[in-house]
Amino acid sequence: MRKPTFSIGGVHPHDSKISRECRVEPMPLPDSAYIAVAQHIGAPAKPLVAVGDKVKVGQPIAEPGGFVSAFIHASVSGTVKSIAPRADLAGNPVMTIEIAREGDEWMEGIDLSDTLVTEIPDDNKAILDKIRLGGIVGLGGATFPTHVKLSPPPGSKCERLIINGCECEPYLTSDFRCLLEKGEQVVIGAAILKQVLGGVPCTVAIEENKPEAIAHIGEVIARLRKQSPKYDGIEVMVMKMRYPQGGEKQLIDAVMHRQVGSGALPISVGAVVQNVGTALAVYDAVLKNKPLVDNTLTVTGECFPHQANLLVRVGTPLRTILEHLGGIPDEAVKVISGGPMMGKAVANLDAATLKGTSALLLLTEKQTARGEEGPCIRCGKCAEACPMGLEPFLLQKLSRIGDVEALEANAAQDCIECGCCLYSCPANIPLLDIIRLGKADAMKAIRERAAAAKAAAEAAK
Amino acid sequence: MKLLVSPNPHIHSKWSTRSLMTDVVIALLPAAICSVVFYGWREALVLAVSVLSCVGFEWLITRGLMKQKSTICDMSAVVTGLLLGMNLPFTTPWWMVMTGALVAIGIAKMTFGGLGQNVFNPALVGRVFLLVSFPAVMTTWVGPVHFADAYTGSTPLSSVNEAILNGTPVTEITSQYSYGSMLLANLGGSAGEICALALLLGFVYLCVRKVIKPWITLSIFATVALTSLIFWGVDSARFTDPAFNLLSGGLILGACFMATDYVTSPMSTKGGIIFGIGIGFLTMMIRYFGSYPEGVSFAILIMNAFVPLLNRWFKQKKFGRA
Amino acid sequence: MNTIWTTIAIISLIGLVLALVLYLVAEKFKVVEDPRIDDVEKVMPGANCGGCGFAGCRAFAEAAVKAPNLDNNFCPVGGNETMAKVAAILGYEVKEKAPMVAVVRCNGSCANRPTVNTYGGFASCRVKATLYSGDTGCAFGCLGCGDCVAACQFGALSMDPETGLPVVDETKCTACGACTKACPKGLIELRAKGPRGMRVWVDCRNKDKGPAAKKACAAACIGCGICAKTCRHEAITVADNIAYIDYNKCKLCRECIAMCPTGAIHESGFPKPLDKEATKARILERQKKEREAAAAAAKTTEEKKDA
Repeated sequence: MRKPTFSIGGVHPHDSKISRECRVEPMPLPDSAYIAVAQHIGAPAKPLVAVGDKVKVGQPIAEPGGFVSAFIHASVSGTVKSIAPRADLAGNPVMTIEIAREGDEWMEGIDLSDTLVTEIPDDNKAILDKIRLGGIVGLGGATFPTHVKLSPPPGSKCERLIINGCECEPYLTSDFRCLLEKGEQVVIGAAILKQVLGGVPCTVAIEENKPEAIAHIGEVIARLRKQSPKYDGIEVMVMKMRYPQGGEKQLIDAVMHRQVGSGALPISVGAVVQNVGTALAVYDAVLKNKPLVDNTLTVTGECFPHQANLLVRVGTPLRTILEHLGGIPDEAVKVISGGPMMGKAVANLDAATLKGTSALLLLTEKQTARGEEGPCIRCGKCAEACPMGLEPFLLQKLSRIGDVEALEANAAQDCIECGCCLYSCPANIPLLDIIRLGKADAMKAIRERAAAAKAAAEAAK
Repeated sequence: MKLLVSPNPHIHSKWSTRSLMTDVVIALLPAAICSVVFYGWREALVLAVSVLSCVGFEWLITRGLMKQKSTICDMSAVVTGLLLGMNLPFTTPWWMVMTGALVAIGIAKMTFGGLGQNVFNPALVGRVFLLVSFPAVMTTWVGPVHFADAYTGSTPLSSVNEAILNGTPVTEITSQYSYGSMLLANLGGSAGEICALALLLGFVYLCVRKVIKPWITLSIFATVALTSLIFWGVDSARFTDPAFNLLSGGLILGACFMATDYVTSPMSTKGGIIFGIGIGFLTMMIRYFGSYPEGVSFAILIMNAFVPLLNRWFKQKKFGRA
Repeated sequence: MNTIWTTIAIISLIGLVLALVLYLVAEKFKVVEDPRIDDVEKVMPGANCGGCGFAGCRAFAEAAVKAPNLDNNFCPVGGNETMAKVAAILGYEVKEKAPMVAVVRCNGSCANRPTVNTYGGFASCRVKATLYSGDTGCAFGCLGCGDCVAACQFGALSMDPETGLPVVDETKCTACGACTKACPKGLIELRAKGPRGMRVWVDCRNKDKGPAAKKACAAACIGCGICAKTCRHEAITVADNIAYIDYNKCKLCRECIAMCPTGAIHESGFPKPLDKEATKARILERQKKEREAAAAAAKTTEEKKDA
């Protein structure tokens, strides 16, 4: 049988999962943690502590700054040394809480034991509260606050929960290791999410290049199902390997054969997608009282001799992590936070990890240098690769001349910035670089129009 | 150490303009070698002159006239040269080949702005230019020299064309040719068209390497087969049969290598299929009713002109939009 | 012979009929337009640059004809000369505006501001600014990809290969403002051209605190405020660790230039170069005297109080 996958475009980069055999190991605690208050989509959090305060691990140090926002917790115990703007990995200043570490003292009530808790409480409201207070955000990359995603707006109904274990980005193995080493916790987390969403069926989507994880999760589900009916309706779906399968819209298309419309949310087609890491964090927050203070990080690259999957406290400087593993090799020219397709190139190694940091990838000049830009040969490979069915060759031309109207008509605002177009362009035209500008212009025009319409409607009242 | 910072994606596929063009050259090689084997050194000379002059003209124009960086490294001029050479009879004199190359590169390609900007397939423009300028040379096909009964004067298609124009039954001519021999050695015609099997081999190579998608080619074949089936069914004495039409003349070379040229073919699959149907239908109309025996070149050039329109009309379906 | 006449007759007839049709159609679809729009458009520079805020010269002309006065319509390219002509056509009065010129407010040349990483993306300031803070330690300075040069329709901007910064050709700059919009860091400002082209400005927009700014760029404004204290015309203000010279108040005395510790203040158009050392000595002497006078005054008031 043909394995399910999304219906339009996509590319097949070599999966390069060279760190797949590395067990997740805890990273030694950093001397100082630098915790940014804006590490989720939405409003930045507001600091709750002052300089000089003593904090324990798991203590909330910043509260949500709006409806779409999240709590932030101290990831190390110690003294708050400063609350000031600090350069993030792109060199832009972000308000950051610096904690000088003293020992490793956790808040009371956090269960740090390895005992597996399989009993899921019935009170959904209490669960949602714990997820909110635990500062859980989507760990698949977008870092959207999870409790917001779990509270569908009135009038919309969730029909299926999808646990995203595709990890379609090459090199990344943190989700794979979580599935393998903490499969039970992930499945229990999925069951909690499923219950909060009203007991909808749940699909754990895993790509075919992770057979061990597929087998293990299948086993775990079968075992847990014997214990409680709460684990019924969770299934593993083996996906065809294809990038960007882990993109929310693509995954929903692949699993449910429904396409989320332009500008719409997944819930509009009855889907909620949560990442494997998020499910694990939900388990920790709900059943262990442990807020989101650490996450699994893959450190990898062919030129890097010490491949690793590390459990890293949020706010650990990137330089500290790389030095712990033996430093940056001479051949490496680029450090990427995330995968090679959608990750961000690091400009400032003194920046610290965020909740959503999933990997540090080191690439050599040969692997990453862009070829010289040539003329478009109209091969159409970009359009073939675009998972949103757009025409990158056209959008880049429109972006260059700044024709916002035409950009909007050609759906530039639908671009998910997955990088498939630039990846496949034989002429090395910086398609995505340029389209991103056009997308911003188109979205600005749409927002302005919406705001004007709203103002007009209010004036009419 | 200074870090390299650039927007995503940070890796690139194996494709480059040069690798794609090189793949096309590789795909053309079996057919080119066949033609040299069948026709001998004069064919090798035609191919060599064609390739060298295409590359040379491109170099001269980019460096000498446009004062830009030379673009010959992208291999596209080699492809044009090879295709042009393969589209000429091996008896073409060297200066005529060079004229064709000048028209192909100078007029059809560089005046439009170079690679990617041309509306019409350069090799075909060169070939058609020679065909209308020097019809005597271009339609005097000489059979392969290695055949004992080498003959001069006609190809299967031109004999059929004459028969159709004279009103004599075509079966007398088609019965002279067995499909098997046409598959292996297409008697007469342009040198590169000699071995259908070698051309198809190259086409399969391009498809397997994902350089091209097969839809354009297949839709041309299907349309040619269907159109000739209908006409042949109506009057088998007047019109040639589908297999004869598929195997004869420049159809395979044109459908596999000229119609699938990136620059001058539509981007979307749907557009490509319409494009192919247009080529197939026009080819058959010219073959049956035109005064030229062969119509593939004209059909492709005519459809080239429709490509911008097809690109506008037939777009890929966008995600999540009805 | 007959054929020729017939041909001529037929063709003439066709021509006549078509001319009639054209005439009738033109009459039917005639648009009555204020003829002054055409007149105004004729005196416009015709660059269609959009510097006036309208889509082009025609749009400007339409707006100018409709407007009750010319206060909100000014063509920066044509300047006072063009506006005088427009005013004459429309019978309005027009206020003279000081001629402006684009000024690049960054002095982070390759020598002053070393790079700390390599940019490998598309060479566009906007793309680069969207991606990160830039390839130098300064998050506010010129990105060097030349978006402003591309935006200039008058060829007034060019990149200096030595400094890596854009240079304005004063003779070509029309102050249309296209470059100010193109620069993602907002480094280009339209400033008064000044008498005989003489002007003084702070060549930096780094809002970092002094030490950080200085670390990133040798020529950064560190917001020390010495210039503001030196200025006797209250033309200089310091906000967000950055000094700004109000060109309406500046009297071109150049004392701030002499006193600036980092050389962040620049001049242009002055016939004589500034003798920094001498000016500085003179200012310090003056300030010393002022201090002494102030102290003496304070003393006398105190003595008065005592008495």
